[in-house]
Amino acid sequence: MDDFVIELRHLKKKFGENTVLSDINFGVKKGEVVSIIGSSGSGKSTMLRCINLLETPTDGKILFHGTDISSKSFNIRRYRAKVGMVFQSFNLFDNMTALGNCTAGQMKVLGKTRADAEKTALEYLSKVGMEQFINARPRQLSGGQKQRVAIARTLSMGPEVILFDEPTSALDPEMVGEVLNVMRRLAGAGFTMLVVTHEMAFAREVSDRVIFMDAGVIAEQGSPEQIFGAPEQQRTREFLSRYLGS
Amino acid sequence: MAQFFSDVAAIIADYHGYLLKGVGYTMLISLVGTVAGLVIGLLTGVIRTAPESRNGFLRGLHRAVKGIIAAYVEVFRGTPMMVQAMVIYWGYAFASGGATLPLIPSGMFIVSINTGAYMAEIVRGGIISIDRGQTEGALSIGMSHPQTMLHVIIPQVMRNILPSVSNEFVINIKDTSVLNVIGVTELYYFAGIIKRQNFQSFQTYLVVCVIYFILTFTVTRLLRLAEKKLSGSENYVICGSQSDPEAEIRVPQEERHG
Ligand SMILES: Nc1ncnc2c1ncn2[C@@H]1O[C@H](COP(=O)(O)OP(=O)(O)O)[C@@H](O)[C@H]1O
Ligand SMILES: [Mg+2]
Repeated sequence: MDDFVIELRHLKKKFGENTVLSDINFGVKKGEVVSIIGSSGSGKSTMLRCINLLETPTDGKILFHGTDISSKSFNIRRYRAKVGMVFQSFNLFDNMTALGNCTAGQMKVLGKTRADAEKTALEYLSKVGMEQFINARPRQLSGGQKQRVAIARTLSMGPEVILFDEPTSALDPEMVGEVLNVMRRLAGAGFTMLVVTHEMAFAREVSDRVIFMDAGVIAEQGSPEQIFGAPEQQRTREFLSRYLGS
Repeated sequence: MAQFFSDVAAIIADYHGYLLKGVGYTMLISLVGTVAGLVIGLLTGVIRTAPESRNGFLRGLHRAVKGIIAAYVEVFRGTPMMVQAMVIYWGYAFASGGATLPLIPSGMFIVSINTGAYMAEIVRGGIISIDRGQTEGALSIGMSHPQTMLHVIIPQVMRNILPSVSNEFVINIKDTSVLNVIGVTELYYFAGIIKRQNFQSFQTYLVVCVIYFILTFTVTRLLRLAEKKLSGSENYVICGSQSDPEAEIRVPQEERHG
């Protein structure tokens, strides 16, 4: 049996009559970096949102270390703390400073003391290069800075897996690099990551595996070399030629 | 003209005890009513925006409570507070076979639930206006709905709705005057007593009118000052020096789930 951290089995999601995810099957191993690519509307965000239960799957199973997360006894809040999510629109708490954003969850969800939480928060805010801005509020920060704080907030919870939903899509081009740099270092450090992205060069460079989604199914998956170098499916080739312009 | 001013001076000299007592109760009832109304608004707001439970029984209960809240809001916004005061006060007397409620607490209760109906809508609008992303950000790190509301959403809602809350307070200062119909000893009630003693209706009501204006004007100014304070500083302090941005990031030590 494969030792998956997260495994999706026959995952389905409908919004009303609209089937957005048809039959998704895959697993992520510890330390693995998986990129998910695909055109807009193919269901990438919905899949990530199902994984941390921001959306309720219509059918199928999501297993966390082999345990079904929809079972009654499963502690969803603990699970969410262990499965971090970084959003396209940052979703920082506007009423808190950068430091407050990184300590709130540790104190309210993990029950840590303030001193303890601040120590951890400071550590990760420094790791993302934001320790000078611990007292800044989100509205005082640039997009790239906000996203780095959001990553620090996720890291502060001590996640086993981090889900990234187009973390650089809302950023001005000159800020994309600073966020990708942080992510590159997380990947290098051995974090388990599931990254929805349109940054193809980045996906090719850091991923252990690339998943191409189309119309609610996994159309093709494989190593970055295979997906970017020799895609088997016609629709993968069409998608990539649009993005890579070749 | 000289007569008019001496009448006014006499009202203040002879009846300042009544007037001050009236001002005291008017302010007390309005303040309690506004704060309690705000609490009602916040509670109903949290309940109305809570996600539906997956448990069928809880979901049914939640919907029923939301229905009751909606009816409460409609009824109390759609009828005059003066009539509400009469119905509640005499309704209690009717139901209890003649016993009446103590007046000041009755007044507070009536203003509170009336204000609550308005606050419910103000708070709901305030919650909806906070972008949904922050709620998702909170849920995604494991916060519960009440925690998300308490620590993330409500503090922002409070800041945004403060002008509306101030406005409700000012309205309450004026509208507590209707409580004289059940005999609550607020400012307007004392105006009636004074008038019946000195037979100077115009002079008496004019004095009371000026007092109401001083109250609302002062409260408006003070609350505006508070709003300014609350909206906070636009600056932040840069801390320490930049550490090594390439420092190693480690995966947290393994702690197996389940
Ligand atoms: N809350 C929702 N209600 C209804 N339809 C939705 C909702 N969220 C997403 N969808 C639909 O699901 C499809 C996939 O969306 P999404 O997962 O956001 O795609 P992607 O992230 O790949 O661009 C789209 O057609 C979108 O309109
Ligand atoms: Mg998306």
